[in-house]
Parts: sequence; structure tokens; C-alpha cells
Amino acid sequence: MGHPILNLVAQRIALGLLLLFLASGLIFIGTQILPGDVAQSILGQSATPEAVANLRKELGLNDPAYVRYFKWLAGLLQGDLGTALSNGKPIGEAVSYRFSNTIFLASWAALFSVPLAVILGLFAVQYKNRWPDKLISGVTLASISLPEFFIGYLLMFYVAVILGWFPSVSIPNESMSLLEKLDTIALPVTVLVLVVLAHMMRMTRAAILNVMQSAYIETAELKGLSPFTVIRKHAFPNAIAPIVNVIMINLAYLVVGVIIVESIFVYPGLGQYLVDHVSKRDVPVVQACALIFASVYITLNIIADLVSIIANPRLRHPK
Amino acid sequence: MNLRRIPLSAIVGMLVSFGFLFVAIFAPLLAPYELGQSIGDVWEGASDKLPLGTDNLGRDLVSRMIYATRTTIFIAGAATFISFSLGSILGFTAAVKGGWLDMILSRAVDLLMSIPTLIFALVVLAVLPANIITLILVMGILDSTRVYRLSRAVAVDINVMDYVEAARLRGEGTSWIVFREILPNALSPLVAELGLRFIFAILFLSSLSFLGLGVQLPDIDLGGMVKENKEGIIFHIPAALIPAFVISILTISVNLVADWILNRTSDLKGGRG
Amino acid sequence: MSDNLLEIKNLKIGATVYPPGEKPHDITIVHDVSLILKKGQVMGLIGESGAGKSTIGLSSMSYGRGGVEITGGEVFVNGRDILKIQAHGLRELRGREVTYVSQSAAASFNPAMRLMDQVIETTLLHGLSSKAQAEERAVELFRSLGLPDPENIGNRYPHQVSGGQLQRVMTAMALCPKPDLIVFDEPTTALDVTTQIDVLAAIKKAIKDTGVAALYITHDLAVVAQVSDEILVLRHGNMVEHGTVQQIIEAPKEEYTQELVKAHSITHEEKKPTDNPILRVENITASYEGTIKVLKDVSVDIHAGQTLAVVGESGSGKSTLARVITGLLPPSEGRIVFDGKELTPALVDRSLDDLRELQMIYQMADVAMNPRQTVGQIIGRPLELYFGMKGAEKRKRVVELLDEIEMGEMFIDRYPAELSGGQKQRVCIARSLAAKPKLVICDEVTSALDPLVADGILKLLLDLQKIENVAYLFITHDLATVKSISDSIAVMYLGELVRYGTKSEVLSPPFDDYTDLLLSSVPEMKLGWLEEVLAHRKMESAGN
Repeated sequence: MGHPILNLVAQRIALGLLLLFLASGLIFIGTQILPGDVAQSILGQSATPEAVANLRKELGLNDPAYVRYFKWLAGLLQGDLGTALSNGKPIGEAVSYRFSNTIFLASWAALFSVPLAVILGLFAVQYKNRWPDKLISGVTLASISLPEFFIGYLLMFYVAVILGWFPSVSIPNESMSLLEKLDTIALPVTVLVLVVLAHMMRMTRAAILNVMQSAYIETAELKGLSPFTVIRKHAFPNAIAPIVNVIMINLAYLVVGVIIVESIFVYPGLGQYLVDHVSKRDVPVVQACALIFASVYITLNIIADLVSIIANPRLRHPK
Repeated sequence: MNLRRIPLSAIVGMLVSFGFLFVAIFAPLLAPYELGQSIGDVWEGASDKLPLGTDNLGRDLVSRMIYATRTTIFIAGAATFISFSLGSILGFTAAVKGGWLDMILSRAVDLLMSIPTLIFALVVLAVLPANIITLILVMGILDSTRVYRLSRAVAVDINVMDYVEAARLRGEGTSWIVFREILPNALSPLVAELGLRFIFAILFLSSLSFLGLGVQLPDIDLGGMVKENKEGIIFHIPAALIPAFVISILTISVNLVADWILNRTSDLKGGRG
Repeated sequence: MSDNLLEIKNLKIGATVYPPGEKPHDITIVHDVSLILKKGQVMGLIGESGAGKSTIGLSSMSYGRGGVEITGGEVFVNGRDILKIQAHGLRELRGREVTYVSQSAAASFNPAMRLMDQVIETTLLHGLSSKAQAEERAVELFRSLGLPDPENIGNRYPHQVSGGQLQRVMTAMALCPKPDLIVFDEPTTALDVTTQIDVLAAIKKAIKDTGVAALYITHDLAVVAQVSDEILVLRHGNMVEHGTVQQIIEAPKEEYTQELVKAHSITHEEKKPTDNPILRVENITASYEGTIKVLKDVSVDIHAGQTLAVVGESGSGKSTLARVITGLLPPSEGRIVFDGKELTPALVDRSLDDLRELQMIYQMADVAMNPRQTVGQIIGRPLELYFGMKGAEKRKRVVELLDEIEMGEMFIDRYPAELSGGQKQRVCIARSLAAKPKLVICDEVTSALDPLVADGILKLLLDLQKIENVAYLFITHDLATVKSISDSIAVMYLGELVRYGTKSEVLSPPFDDYTDLLLSSVPEMKLGWLEEVLAHRKMESAGN
């Protein structure tokens, strides 16, 4: 038995792995829930019986479902994502290129949105119930209600097409310099930032307010500490965990938001790849992409939990 | 209820929401042209006859949008109805019964929520037949996990109140406890949640249709209209922005009402609501 | 310069309230209060909730809590008007000249910082001494306040220390920068009764040793009488009476002060136990999911029309006993015999008539009533459920019950939120009596109420017992209440019954150690009580 917090961390990571395993099972089941025949449904009603039988064989549909699941899982664990139905190529190659593109886009969005959200959240707390706070919460309410593609096309129409500041489609390639790449992805990054900013800011505001209303903040004020010291020594150490938590949850949200934004700007990322293959009913590709998205999402959520555990003084210094 | 106490924003939200409902119900009477009727050139500009111009196949944008609004509201409403009845009934049952039932349901919901809704919907839509029934069921069932969590949390909070314990000690049955003690006190947050789920359903459906995986032709919804007309953007034709704008107006107005109801929740202690 | 340390002149304090569904409006919390505190003096500020006593205390640091604003008057500390100085000057005042000890030390310490760093923070901030000197002084204070392991306790985090100890550490934190004035805001209210007395003694000693002046805020006149030189009685933000402790306790002038002094003086003649108890609790052992027993082999009897008081501190198992009797927590061993027949252990198996005859009243009347039901519906439901009453017949009975609890018909359509704390508890009493029960379990029914309101409830319960011949199982931590209303007493400690018998038996010597500790811990309204008790104690309290 080590320090109790290590046990908790180990427990949480184990739980995350279990969740990941179950999620892979759920994704697999999700592609099996069709009452009829998958092969028939993929090829459509007009397909010849021979074609259907071939596809059944190719998909391994003649094995029972659990055998197919464990085969798939075993492949995944060895880094083999399987073969795409639509073009017969290994999925792994296409995915790694597109996944790195998606990460590139999402990282830049995170880089701008996180500091902006925290600063604006602090600002809203500072001017609580006065007009800057009300303005911020009004904008938040509106932006939560807007579909991503409205913001996306609005920017594309006015900023790219009419003003011509940035390209309207974002297709970076290897020969571009970093600056050129950034110019290419400027609009999708802006849309992603706008989409997550509102949530992140609102939750940051709530997290900070919660700490600022604690009795120990009053104690600090009654000690004659300056407002800056109160925040630095008494508010910040207690607010850091909830804020990191908020950030992680919103980054997880960003991972999903990326799918729509990639489609708007024809960005060659994993999201667009997934969407294309859903229309093509290419089940192996859909399973592989969904599992990657789910893994990132689950991992970010686990990190959020771990931060709360580690930052909690009650757990760090047990009785 | 005192009408003057309702803030202006909520009144505007309600009026606009009812306007949309009216349009959805009476779509065939209001639309000047048929859904698929081609009446002019591709992406014709606005004129006296056609206030918003035509779309990518020369159909009247106004007529098409009226029908699309109807589809969007119908599907989102049906999905919300399913997610809400399923989620709240299971959530309440889990909270009041507790024990293994609560345990199993809650863990299952945790698992389902560990995968982002959009991702899981895409997985399922990759194999299911593309039709409106499938869409409604997939959206409704996936979103019921959120309703389940909220209604269970609200019911658990109320369930440990002394007045519910007092009712148990008095010998009241489960139905009295659920419908007379818990439900009246859970109503406000649940109604606000209903609004939020409806907004989410509209946005979710629009996103799916925008990706080409939602409502299939010849039916059309607002998200699908954005998809149809998106190519026009680079040719300086903002036709795709109009349905997207309409979605925003619809969701914002519902949100204004939901926000007001949510704020009223804190008035619970104020007695006569 | 005069030796007036604190001088408050015609202080007015207001606040803006935001009642739901109404326009925000301003209210006055404190009207025209003046007081003078000399160096080294202790003044008690006493009053019920809403008297404005904490607000006045904080005004001596020019601090308004949560939207509270000082709207008029002057506050002088060491000769200068602190309401006129700017933020920077206030920081010199707060934590250096005036310090503060709050009711809930557990919430008032930063959970992420070691205690020592928080205790010496002010001293270092104001550059009063070096870090080593400050730490040395803190350890000295820890020692003189009777904290265990004074050298090392400062290395702990707040959650690693008990509530009673934290309250003392907070006192040390207030004393560390050698202030001229300390504001004590109900420093012992949240503590168990046996812990309260130790903390009270520690505070009194610290005040005496350091010669610091203090404002001691509390709702308990007996407590404030032990530590103060003077007392200021407040009500609804107005001054009622000001005098020396002796004058206020022994010869109060104002009617309100006289009532406060007389609080807890309800008497009731003990009834003799009968041969046939209405409820027999036989050898009950119970635990919450698992192995730790919260009740160990407890047996008590309750007789028809009489009151058994179960008394003990938090963790004594007294509330668990109530849960076992009501069937909410089936016991692992033992049985309960009610009116001659054995009750099934679990609530769900009991008949409606058994449930009717055994009613319960809760500590927090606010949450014991459904906020969406009117008083009429709340009291009417048992009538409908148990007796099938409807319409006019039901209404007539509800009105009778409302008259019995001295409220009247005009309350029938009100919601709980529209009632005062005492009225809410009265409605709960009416609801339980509507069932015509043989036994009512009263779980700390007066502890959330102000003393005078609590006295009213106790009087009502005693009157109703005479009329309805109902038995009470009265659970409380407050021995004064026990003395007022019980016929027999059960003293519980850590799940065990340590003493049980008729009131006169239990309250007559010789005492066992715990009962002695408990009895001696109840503050008495006389001067020098604290010293007397400390000299005679046999046992340390569990909270230390």
C-alpha cells in the first residue's frame, strides 16, 4: 500500500481502461444492432446474392459476433485498424495522417480558447452582476444556441469570400510553412474557439465564484490582505482544480466539435474522414474512427478526474 | 402567475417560439409553392415575387424553408418526447427504488455517455436504414441519457428531504410519493431541461442533416437546406446562411424561455408559483 | 486621547434584498446603535437571529458581508473614524488592530494551506515580527489554548484537526498579531456542549492573559455571562438594554431582557412510570451498512402520556434510535413492542394503523413540509389518509388543530415559506397530532429555534400532552430542555445507554463520569459558573 492518493489515481486509471474496453464493445455492438443483414443493407436491396455473400465473407459475418469483436480488438491492440471496405486499403495509414491534422487544428483552437476563457471568466467574476458580466452571459446564451455551421459559414462568407482575408477552404499540405498553414486554418480555428469559449467561460466563472464565496476568502479579507494576495494565496490554489476540470471537459467537447468544422472547411481531418465513410457505410473505418474519438474523449475526462484528485488537499494529506 | 413579472426576453422568446410552431403546423397553407417545385433560375436574387430568391435548383427559398421548419420541429419534437419520457421515467424510478436497478441503469448511462453523442450516432447511422423513424429513435434514445442523469439527480435530492421521509412514515404509497411529493418540486428544473433538450435536438438534427446523414431527400429540413446551398457561399450567394440563421432564431427563442424557467426554479421557496 | 478603544455612534446598516419575483429593495438591518468599548474590556452582544449582532461586530472592521452596507453613523477605532478611511488604511486596521473569530472555523480556514502559515500570515504581512518569532508566538498560543501537541499542530491541514481544536487555532490566529480588539462571532455555537465549555474556557483565559478587548457575539445569554464585563442586548437591529453582566443577569430592566434571562425555565412535574409502557425498546443493536455498530444493546420504555428524553452529543446514536423505532433502519438485534404487540422491524411491513399511532416531528421544520402544499393540505393529509375525512369535515378538523397550536384559521391557505420558524414547527406538530397518535418522536425539534421561540414550542408540547395524552420520545442534545419537559431520561454516549431512569433518579448524584460531564457542561445563567465547573470536572470531553 502506497500513499492513499496513489491508490486512488491507480484506481481511476484502471476504471478508465475498463471504460475504454467497454466503449469499444459498445461501438462494436452499435454496428450490429441492425435487425436484418449488414451486408445486404450496405449494398442496398438491388445487390446480387453473390455480392452479398462475398461481402459477408469479407466482413467475417459468418463468425459469431463475439469472435469478430475479439478479433477486431486483438488487431487494434497490435496497431492494426483493419481494412477499409470502400477501397481495400489499410485504415491505419489514412487515419494517422488525418488524425495528426485534426490534432493540429484542435491544439491551435485550445491554445487560443483556454487562456481567453480563463481571462474572460475572471473578468466576469470581477464585474459580477454588472454590465460586462451580463454582456458575457448574454453572448454565452446566444452562442450556445447557434449551430457550428452558422458561425462557420457566416465567417466564410464575410471574412473569406467578401473581405478575402483568409482562404475559404482549409487544405494544408506538407510543402507549406507553419505560417502558411496557420493562415489556412485561421477560420476553422476561430469557429472552434467561438464554439467552446462560451461554455468554458461560463463554467470557469462558476468555478471561481464558488471559491470566492467561501468563508476562508472572507477570513483572508478580514486579515487585511490586499485583493491580489487574497486571490494569489487563498483563491487560486483552491480554484485551480475546478478550472482545469472545466478546461478538460471542454477540450473533450472540442474533439467532437471538430467534426462539423472540418466538414464546413473541407479540412482533411479525421472527422471528415469519419463522416465520408458513414455515408459510404464503410463499417470498419467508422468503428476505427469512432474508437479513436472516444479514446481521446475518455482520456481527457480521466485527466480531469485525476487533476481533481491530486489537487484535493484532503486526499493529498490524509488524516 | 403574474404576467407583469415575466421578463421581456422570455415574452419575446415565447412569441417567436409560438410563431415557429404556427408555421410548422400550417406549413402547406402558408407556403406559396410546392416543396420540390422549380420556379426560376438557380440562386435567383430576392425580388417582389420571391422575397428570399431561389435555391440551388431554382426552388422558392421561402416555401422550402417553411416545409423544412416543419420537418425540423417535428423530428426534434418527437426525439425530445422520446428522450424525455424515457429519461425521466427511468431516472425517477432509479431514484425512488434505488438498489440494484439504480446501480445497473446508472452504470449503463455512464457507459453510453463515455462516448460523445455525435460519434455514437454516426456509428449507428452507418448501419441503420436512413429514414425519419431511425433518426427520431437514435436521437431520442441517445439524448435520454442526459435527461436520466438530471431527473435522477433532482429526484434523489428531493427523495432525501424530510417531507418525503415523513410521507413514507405516514404510510403513503410509491405513486403518492412520486406524483404528490417529488414531482411538483421537480417540475421547474425538468421543464427547463425540456427546453434545453429540444434545442439540443434541433442543433443535433441540423448537424446530422448538414453532414448528409440526417433527413434524406426528397424530405428536407433546415440543416439539409444549409448543405444544399453551401456551394453558393464561395460565389457570393448567402442562401445557405438563411436557414442557418432561422435555426439560430428558433434555438435562441426557446433558450430564452428555458432560461427564464430555470431562473424561476430558485423561486421554489417563494410559495405560490 | 481617551482610553476608548472602540466607539460606535448612531450606526445604521442596510442591505439590498432580492426576494424572488419581487423588485429588489433596501432594508435596514441595524437602526441607530451606539456603544463604547474601553481597552481590555469584553462586551457581549446578545440577541436572537436577525438582531443584527454579527453585522455590528463586523462594522468594527468596516466590513459588510454579502451586500450589507453601513449607511450612517461613525465607528472609531483607536480614535479614528474607520468608515472614512480608504482601502489601504483598512488593510492596516484589519488583522492588526482588529481581528475576527468566526462561528465555523472549519470553513474559515483555507483547506490548501497549513495551519501555521495561516496563523502567522497577518503577523508577517504587517511586518510585526520575523517568521521564527511569529511561529514561536503561535506555538506559545497553541499551548496556552490547550491544544494537543502544540509544537507540531501547526504543520497540519485544517481537515486533519477536529472542530473544537480548529476553533482554538482560529482564536490563536486572531491573537497572534497582538490586536487591540477581537470580534468573536458565536465561536462556540457549532460545537458539542461538552466541547463548547473547553473552548469557552480557553478563550476566556486567552483574553485574560493578553489583556485584549473583545466583542463577544452570541445568542446564548448564559455563555456570554461567563466571559463579558458588559452586555448589550439587541433585537431587530435596535438596542434594548445595556449594562454590566451582573445587572443584566440579576436585575434586567427591560421586559425582553427579562424574558431572555428566564428562557429555559419551564418546569414540569415528573409523572411516575406505569406498569404498562406504550413502547418497549428491547436490546436493540443497529448499524449502517456494515460493521460499525451505532447502537449497542439499548433498552428503554416509554409510558403513555409521558416523555422520555434521550440525550447525548453528536455520534451518540440518539437519532439512530428514532430511525430504528420508526422502522427506517431495521435493527440487527432486539425487538420493539408497541402497545402490547411487537412491531415488524421494517417500515414497509407495518400496518397503516401502527404508522398512524407513531408519528414523528423533525428538527428542520422547513424541509419537513412539502413547499408546494398549503398548511391546510399538510395538516389535512393524515386526516384523509387515516380517517377518510373529506371536504367540510376535514376542514373543520384542520381549523380545530390550527386553534390547538395557537395559530388559527387564517393560516389554512398559506404555504410553509410564508411562515416563521416557530410557526412552521407548530404546523408540523399539528400534522402529527392529526393522526391521533399514541407516541410522537420529537427529533431535536427546538434546536434550530431561538430560545424564546423554543420555549413556546416546549410549552405547547406539554399542554398538548395533557389534552391528547400522547407520549413523547424527545431526542435532544440540550440538557436544559430535558430538565424542562421529561418524565424519564436516557443518557447515551457512543451508541450505548450510560444512564437511564426517571428524571429525578438520573439527575441525582452519584453520577457516572459522562453524565457528570454532560450535566456540568450546560451553561448556567450565573456569574463564576465556568470556573466552578472547571474545578470539578472528572472527564475530558470527546471532542478534544
